[in-house]
Amino acid sequence: MIDFGYGLTPSATLKIENVDNPLFAELHRREPDVSKCIACGSCAASCSAGVFTQMNLRKVILSLQRGREKETLPMLQHCMLCGKCLLVCPRGINTRHLILSIGKVYKLEDK
Amino acid sequence: MRERILAAYDPFVLPFVFGMTFVLGYCLIALVKVLVQLTPADRRKFALSLITPTTIVKNIRDLFCDCLLHVKLWKRNPVLGYMHSSIAFGWFMIILIGHIETVLYIPERLHKLYYPIFFRYFMEEQNETLQGSFFFFLMDFFLLIILSGITIAIIKRFRSKIVGMRRTTKLTLTDRIGLYSLWAIFPLRWIAEGFTAGVAGGSFMTVPINWLLHNFMSKPENITVAWWLYSLALGTFMTVLPFTRYMHIPAEMLLIPMRNAGLPVRHTRKGFALTMLYSCPSCGVCIDACPMGVQKKNVKDATVYLVRNLKRRNNRRTLENAEKCLMCGKCAALCQVQMDACGLRLAYRTTHEQRSNHLPADFGYLAAVEPDVSAAGKTGVTAAAEAGAGSSGTSVGAQKVLYYAGCMSSLTPVISRSVQKVLTSAGVDYELMDKDGSICCGRPLMLAGHQEEARQLIEANRRLIEASGARILLVSCAICYRIFKEKYDLSGITVMHYTEYFNQLLKEGRLHVSNGHQTLVYHDPCDLGRGCGIYDAPREALRTVGQLVPALKERKESICCGGSVGSLTLRYEDREPITRGAIDNLTANNPEQIITACPLCLKTFGRFSPVLVKDFAEVLAEHLTPAQPTQA
Repeated sequence: MIDFGYGLTPSATLKIENVDNPLFAELHRREPDVSKCIACGSCAASCSAGVFTQMNLRKVILSLQRGREKETLPMLQHCMLCGKCLLVCPRGINTRHLILSIGKVYKLEDK
Repeated sequence: MRERILAAYDPFVLPFVFGMTFVLGYCLIALVKVLVQLTPADRRKFALSLITPTTIVKNIRDLFCDCLLHVKLWKRNPVLGYMHSSIAFGWFMIILIGHIETVLYIPERLHKLYYPIFFRYFMEEQNETLQGSFFFFLMDFFLLIILSGITIAIIKRFRSKIVGMRRTTKLTLTDRIGLYSLWAIFPLRWIAEGFTAGVAGGSFMTVPINWLLHNFMSKPENITVAWWLYSLALGTFMTVLPFTRYMHIPAEMLLIPMRNAGLPVRHTRKGFALTMLYSCPSCGVCIDACPMGVQKKNVKDATVYLVRNLKRRNNRRTLENAEKCLMCGKCAALCQVQMDACGLRLAYRTTHEQRSNHLPADFGYLAAVEPDVSAAGKTGVTAAAEAGAGSSGTSVGAQKVLYYAGCMSSLTPVISRSVQKVLTSAGVDYELMDKDGSICCGRPLMLAGHQEEARQLIEANRRLIEASGARILLVSCAICYRIFKEKYDLSGITVMHYTEYFNQLLKEGRLHVSNGHQTLVYHDPCDLGRGCGIYDAPREALRTVGQLVPALKERKESICCGGSVGSLTLRYEDREPITRGAIDNLTANNPEQIITACPLCLKTFGRFSPVLVKDFAEVLAEHLTPAQPTQA
């Protein structure tokens, strides 16, 4: 494909075939709350780690839903598990357990 | 006294001898196993403690008070206390007196394991001596005590509410065999000794039964049957003992010296932890204690079942249980054997996380966090005050303070605002540590089993604290306070919870408050009360601003608010009943306000409470009188 210098950048492309549904299904089995997220961003706004880094739980959940788990590692590895997101979540998502479960389902360290 | 059976042997002793040999052998092997599993450093520590005079005294006192007299249980529930101590102490005395009699009258038979136990069968009272009747009386007296205890135990098994327990432990099959044989031992002993009372002598328990059942008991062929049954009951009990909850009897004898030696729980099933697991008597006090018990589905998550699952190596259930627990520590605080339930769960979480977590943490960014120097100018820190810090003697109000609000407090800004208002009013020289966002104290990570990551946060925070030059680290969050106390090694800096600190300021006359005469109830946050033992400071301070009313259960028995970061898996819907239960407990005496000293409790109670919930600093700040000119 000829590079015209514009168009869709690879980072903006969603390749649905890359979405690893079994992994997301496993995450959902461990923490069903993951499907409750309405991406309001309260978690990101209150995040202790977010003050210093790019940690953003809303983006993490969106990325996982889109099969881009690689993008979540640079965010998740900064999480201090302080639990503020748990308190502010309007959907009552067990965010700490969600983050711990992501660490168990997705083998992020290998990639 | 003289020997009635000259052979000093009868086949009926065999079941007892078998059971006793088995249980002694089993315990010996278990002891070696536990000692081998200890780390060399722990083993040395344990050995040293066994020859330290103060620890020896403590060991003996604890063995006597905990194992035999059940002093702790007496204080909590006198009926249960009587039940347990009557059986334990009574049985101990019967065994002891049996041995004393053997030593006194026929020392050459002492080497026979069974002789002191079946002393009445082999020996008889002579008319010319009255010495024996003293022991006859004692034996019957303690038998009566035990039988009364057994009666309560039987009532408790079928109607636990009568003895003040809402729920009791669901027993396993072997537990039942052990229980029924234990119940049988003493009535059978009474009957067996009743038979021999006619020929060998007895006292007020055994002689009357011999008279009452004279026709039956005077037949010599029945004597052996009765003693056989008694020995069989003993033998059955001893044989099943290692596989039942009664293993706590020998295990506790090891647990107490190990605990007094200060050994930590390093593993969930090895060494000290193994002793601890086998010391659980399954009494079920933890079932009623657990705040999660408000929902019936959580009853099986009480510590007694955790212990059972750990013993059975049921990893699935253990993990569920370990991750669900709020880590409020109430079960451990009420436990008769001081089971370190939170320590066991934490060890399990840590091992599990190490094994299954694939998310590497990166806290490199923390190194770049600078101490917030800009705050100094705003809060009135002067060079002179900094130079003077530390030289001001004992007054806490004159020392430079670093205030760490913590993560949760940023969601409840009223706490931070009120603390600053109070500090300003007292003219305290203070700095804010986390005005522009805090580094978490590390306790939530630690509770999730991520010890190494938590250590990185601790290091980062310690750097900031030590760079501040403050002498007092003031903390308004109970969760942070606990880890600052336990895991931070801050030399020259006193960590104070704001309840302690403000109470001290009040005592020093630096704070002036008016009493609003409102009725207040104080909620003991888990990490502050049970975790750090601070119960009185907040209460003393609150009495100066209002009228303190008691909650139904408070201090050590306070109920977790349900918001605890200790639980990893408890869902939002399941936390609500816990919170409501805790609120019902607090509002039993119709207070106008609930006062708590932890941002997490404040936030959690605030959601559901029909009564106004306020923070400790907030209520203090509201009652400040302007008499004192402010420094800032």
